[in-house]
Amino acid sequence: MLEYALKGSKRYWTLIGILAVLACAGVITFLYQLKVGLGITGMSRDVSWGFYISQFTFLVGIAASAVMVVLPYYLHNYKAFGRMTILGEFLAIPAVTMCILFIFVDMGQPMRIVNVFLHPTPNSPMFWDTIVLMGYLFLNVVISMVTFGAERKGVAPPRWIKPIIILSIPWAVSIHTVTAFLYAGLEARPFWMTAILAPRFLASAFASGPSLLIILALIVRKFSKFDPGKEAIGKLAQIVTYAMAINVFFVLVEVFTGVYSDMPEHYHSFQYLFLGLGGKSMLTPWAWVSVVLSFGTLFFLLFPKIRRNESALAVLCAGVIAALWIEKGLTMVITGFIPNPMDRVTEYWPTLPEGIISLGIYAIGFLVLAALYKIAISIREQLEAR
Amino acid sequence: MYDTGKILAGLVAFIVVATFPLWFTNLFGSPSARPVLELPKGEKKCVEDTEYMRHWHMNMLDQWRNEVVREGKRMYVSSDGRKFEMSLNKNCLKCHESRAKFCDRCHNYMAVDPYCWDCHVTPTGE
Amino acid sequence: MDESRRNFLKITGTGVFGALWGIPVLRAVGKAFESSPKALKAKRWAMALDMKRLGRDDVRAAAAKACNSAHNIPDLGIAEEEVKWIWTEEYEAAFPTQVDKFTPEQMRKQPVLVLCNHCDRPPCVRVCPTKATFKREEDGIVMMDMHRCIGCRYCMAACPYGSRSFNWRDPKPFVRQGIRTDYPTRTKGVVEKCTLCAERLARGENPACVDAANKVGGAGTIVFGDIADPNSEISRVLRSRQTVRRKPSLGTSPQVYYLL
Repeated sequence: MLEYALKGSKRYWTLIGILAVLACAGVITFLYQLKVGLGITGMSRDVSWGFYISQFTFLVGIAASAVMVVLPYYLHNYKAFGRMTILGEFLAIPAVTMCILFIFVDMGQPMRIVNVFLHPTPNSPMFWDTIVLMGYLFLNVVISMVTFGAERKGVAPPRWIKPIIILSIPWAVSIHTVTAFLYAGLEARPFWMTAILAPRFLASAFASGPSLLIILALIVRKFSKFDPGKEAIGKLAQIVTYAMAINVFFVLVEVFTGVYSDMPEHYHSFQYLFLGLGGKSMLTPWAWVSVVLSFGTLFFLLFPKIRRNESALAVLCAGVIAALWIEKGLTMVITGFIPNPMDRVTEYWPTLPEGIISLGIYAIGFLVLAALYKIAISIREQLEAR
Repeated sequence: MYDTGKILAGLVAFIVVATFPLWFTNLFGSPSARPVLELPKGEKKCVEDTEYMRHWHMNMLDQWRNEVVREGKRMYVSSDGRKFEMSLNKNCLKCHESRAKFCDRCHNYMAVDPYCWDCHVTPTGE
Repeated sequence: MDESRRNFLKITGTGVFGALWGIPVLRAVGKAFESSPKALKAKRWAMALDMKRLGRDDVRAAAAKACNSAHNIPDLGIAEEEVKWIWTEEYEAAFPTQVDKFTPEQMRKQPVLVLCNHCDRPPCVRVCPTKATFKREEDGIVMMDMHRCIGCRYCMAACPYGSRSFNWRDPKPFVRQGIRTDYPTRTKGVVEKCTLCAERLARGENPACVDAANKVGGAGTIVFGDIADPNSEISRVLRSRQTVRRKPSLGTSPQVYYLL
């Protein structure tokens, strides 16, 4: 199957070339980080996790969202997603790959990462996160290769794959739940210590992931003869709308508890995020952009007529992704560290090398995505031509 | 099987190239390249016998550091009953004074790069 | 043909893996590992800091200096990257929930010596994915195994006291007091913190800060001992004087007590 990724048009190879250059820049900068240490990032003893872990958190959501096409198709036999599932699974694979890479570059001693397996520690959510992420990657590779391989040959997939597909559904929920538990179990960080963090993560994942999938499906249709289907895109838009509504509701619920209870430890983080604290407010504009985008996109998504207009839908999906990227990929993690345990504000902003490494990882992810989508498209086009 | 000849020739070529360092050194390497270690002047016997130390010192040090840091035990009782403090700096390097003339010579020869020295500084400041 | 090749690969793969598994990792010859007979022992170490006497700058400075030189603590000169085992905070920073709008300015700014609390229920230990940080069952010290730490910094996120420092770069060039060779430095990419001078206790000595503070500030400036022993000095002090601990409501149960 992989050979399809090696034959392509000039446009395909240009895309691959650009991504490869960015990936190389990232790898070279990472070697520099290995040499000097994580001091080249903007992180500090007060804000000890930053952009890397934030991207990881955002991308776990993208990975988990594949379940939004897998579940209706396999559990409810929703036929319209027949041609969408492979796109969903082929999105989950690069997303998990990026998650693992972001964790890797965030380690102070990445070469010692095997210690997590040599000295397994079940009381650490990070141990479980490693397990569920690797497992999820494995499940998606196996499922997509087996089902798509069978489809290509025009035969029914082997029976043993069905239980594995069913298993992948709760597994997708687990990767984001465990990632939320990474944060939600820390008495030192009141901003994260909220029971609704896992549900909130899932809601935002099921909004941002399908949004990305819609955009990718529209691109695929524009540049190839493979059409994932108008009904499938419409159904995904509906899913995005519901998930976004639930996400906005969950955020409001959290703001209420944090602000109304008025407990200083809880309130201060919200104050820093939305108003600024101690004269420092680096994240405030971003937080408000996210709020405006969230409410704005949700408002327009609520109208089925607007949703059905595919160019409007593409813009709204981009808006949803932007809003949730700011929320999870920027403000959520960093604000948890502000103020610090001494009630002082140390701000954080990623440095240029940190940005290049992150961009490099995104490039690697999109490289994998492009190759996988190329395979899916080539085979689909062949099947349709038959 | 298709292309049997080509495959076999390729395999042979691969094995020859892959094992180059082994047969080349044994056939043409000069014995003078082997490292000469500077042994401690006053002390004749290490914590265990030389053969054991040569083969297993890395595992021993690994175990030592676990015993010291994790189990809080700092004394090693050797197989002949002598007691030593399990400390790279305060035990090993007391006799093997020069890292460059002892540790590094063999490590360089074997092309290994242990990270002991990232943190541990020898008494002579190396 | 295809099937037999696959089987061949399966069998050789399993065989090679099994053979590797069987290679003995260590041929142990040593008789035993023992703790040193001189070692100070306790069931539960704890510390009581006299806030009034430690209000004196010279006493705190002596304690911090003793620790810094005993453990090769670097001075990076960058506040964001500082490595701190024992240091001074203002009262309002060390005890943020204890101040209100009537707290006098002098009290707010009162300097307080802070260090790792060696909690009874340490969150850092709970979250560590490799057991690189762990609680010694025999005496309650929250230890740090810098050999094993992968530098994920989860413990830093979990510590409610800011007691953990990460080596954002190689600390060696910044050990300005000169590197002492009987204690290791650290490497870039690992987390470190106060170990309650486990290495000194093993030699039969008190922690460095305790001896230094008591020397400059007088006996009892820092009382160090076994709170599992009801007759120890620290047990008596804790029974007879009023104490506070940092953020007790979090349930971590710090074992560093502050004498009012």
